[in-house]
Amino acid sequence: MTAYLIANVSVVGAAPTDLLIRDGVVAEVGPDLSASDATVVDGTGLVALPGLVDLHTHLREPGREDAETVESGSRAAALGGYTAVCAMANTSPVADTAGVVEQVWRLGREAGLVDVQPIGAVTVGLAGERLAELGAMADSAARVRIFSDDGHCVADPKLMRRALEYVKAFDGIIAQHAEEPRLTEGAQMHEGEVSTRLGLIGWPAVAEEAIIARDVLLAEHVGSRLHVCHVSTAGSVEVLRQAKARGVRVTAEVTPHHLLLTDERAQTYDPVFKVNPPLRTAADIAALRAALADGVIDVIATDHAPHAVEDKECEWAYARPGMLGLETALSIALDVLGPEWDLIAERMSRTPARIAGLTGHGVDPAPGVPANLTLIDPAARRTIEPAELASRSRNTPYARMTLPGRIVATFLRGEPTVLDGKAVK
Amino acid sequence: MIRHLLSGADLDADTATEILDTAAEMATVAGREIKKLPALRGRTVVNLFYEDSTRTRISFEAAAKRLSADVINFSAKGSSVTKGESLKDTALTLQAMGADAVVVRHPASGAPHRLANWVDGSVVNAGDGTHEHPTQALLDAYTMRARLGRLAGLSVAVVGDVLHSRVARSNVLLLSTLGAKVTLVGPPTLIPVDIAAALAPGTDVSYDLDSVLPNVDVVMMLRVQRERMNDSYFPSAREYARRYGLDGPRMRRLPEHAIVMHPGPMNRGMEITPEVADSPRSTIVEQVTNGVSVRMAVLYLLLGGNNR
Repeated sequence: MTAYLIANVSVVGAAPTDLLIRDGVVAEVGPDLSASDATVVDGTGLVALPGLVDLHTHLREPGREDAETVESGSRAAALGGYTAVCAMANTSPVADTAGVVEQVWRLGREAGLVDVQPIGAVTVGLAGERLAELGAMADSAARVRIFSDDGHCVADPKLMRRALEYVKAFDGIIAQHAEEPRLTEGAQMHEGEVSTRLGLIGWPAVAEEAIIARDVLLAEHVGSRLHVCHVSTAGSVEVLRQAKARGVRVTAEVTPHHLLLTDERAQTYDPVFKVNPPLRTAADIAALRAALADGVIDVIATDHAPHAVEDKECEWAYARPGMLGLETALSIALDVLGPEWDLIAERMSRTPARIAGLTGHGVDPAPGVPANLTLIDPAARRTIEPAELASRSRNTPYARMTLPGRIVATFLRGEPTVLDGKAVK
Repeated sequence: MIRHLLSGADLDADTATEILDTAAEMATVAGREIKKLPALRGRTVVNLFYEDSTRTRISFEAAAKRLSADVINFSAKGSSVTKGESLKDTALTLQAMGADAVVVRHPASGAPHRLANWVDGSVVNAGDGTHEHPTQALLDAYTMRARLGRLAGLSVAVVGDVLHSRVARSNVLLLSTLGAKVTLVGPPTLIPVDIAAALAPGTDVSYDLDSVLPNVDVVMMLRVQRERMNDSYFPSAREYARRYGLDGPRMRRLPEHAIVMHPGPMNRGMEITPEVADSPRSTIVEQVTNGVSVRMAVLYLLLGGNNR
């Protein structure tokens, strides 16, 4: 294994120092290190963070390899500063058996660019009718701990209760896509002034808030862990705030796009801005940002959702919901939070790693720690060009926007996956 | 002149008035023995209809033909559309055939906006989903002006399923631009959220038809689909008709000069009774006639007929 000496780098925003990486771990941290066999990476002006961890990634394989593969998504993740991603279960076939999650896990190992941790479906075929074999997935080589029907809500309250209870046997967690389906039939965008003007069926905030309110009560009742995917409304933040104050074991994530973009983006009817849950209002964004700062929201997760061109280059109502996120998330966080490196590390690495149970990830660089880290140039600005993204898809909502920050290098267990801003393989 | 007509919001007061004035000139053609002008000779107008709407399609077809344009009717039935061709590919096909204008009716809101990205010619929105139907609003404004002599200062009640109505959205936008006051009336379930902020500040909302009627110059009844009751927008067709339908006694609450409009097709006995629909106050048949004149004016002005 090659050794790397990262010279003069700011670790999580602290005064510059040197990092020596050897045999997959951080060997030394301190000023003026030297190692004759090490490749030197100039870290001047760069910030080192523990490798980012995404709790919410759609890799599309198996089933929609035209939109993304485990390999292409892994490459996009590494370029975004990630060393681990949790792959959502809504593939085709659905990741609802040990066989499928093991396949995804193995494809991730073969790609070798990030650790791909499969998420298992809660219900068979995401149909919301009966539990998938959660224990078999937990016991498989993929060691699944997060279960989610993401894309669909586990709407049946009895089924949700049972799922929450059942996964306690192996310290699992249910990640809920909070959307009361009866309140969002045919919904196309946030219900409000803009949906009224555009004549698109509204997705009311209450459809999310009602499910979160129910689920925190269920989690409290059965003493289980609940994770709420892509929180998008100010009302949801208040429900979570109260639940956490009572000691409910609930965690929550917000996506970069819900921190930056409003429903006004829909006015061109360009479905690149169609996403589920939908883009909300400026007031929701303000509440989400405040909740991210004060810890009511624990995690930034991308909900990276690649889609083939034909699924977006069409009428709004016929387009699939979802946006790319992996290659732009850190820039959005930097834009939204500013250079609050400890907060960024907390929300994008340490906490998601802890929720997912990914030991070895989300740990600040220190002697003996697995060398999963990323180097960021906070002074760089870049203009997002869809054609330059590593994802197989092009559905970024940030096309031609100029965003702060650039990932210079990413290391997975001491081996670079990204150097000089380019994927190593 | 604007290039596309996608929304009532595309029209400022001057442009809208120019269209209405041009429509008045076009109306004189209908009175001639030979109902035809050479203005758009050699130009191609495509009627691209993804929804059945015989009324709107033949209105546009008649308008284009009276201006001597070549008209191609492209309907979703029996075309490549049913074989799964995308809107973009259809647009590129029409573009390759040299369409100067595409008149599009589509069940998806915003489809004409998408189409406008992919063709060089003018796009006219002939009704998109639950969004807009700007030529309907123009013909309604034309009809009001013809009957009542003005638009500025008129008080107009738009009654019924505003939530799903493209006619209502376009009318609110255009009438506000032209200085009329709009009151939207219907059950709260069928009035979209934040409608005044969304479309035109100053737009009023009322849930009580009887209190609105004595103070309006125009009452426009919207078509209400009976199936809406299956989605709990209202309990039954009978209750809807009782609370929001326009019948004879209600019509007599209107001021003497007030007119009754309906964009058609009507549900007689639901939102309007035959007594009202067939009364002298009703402009329903005139609206159809005026539709051709207004669409002639729109095509003529969009295609630069006035510069030739």
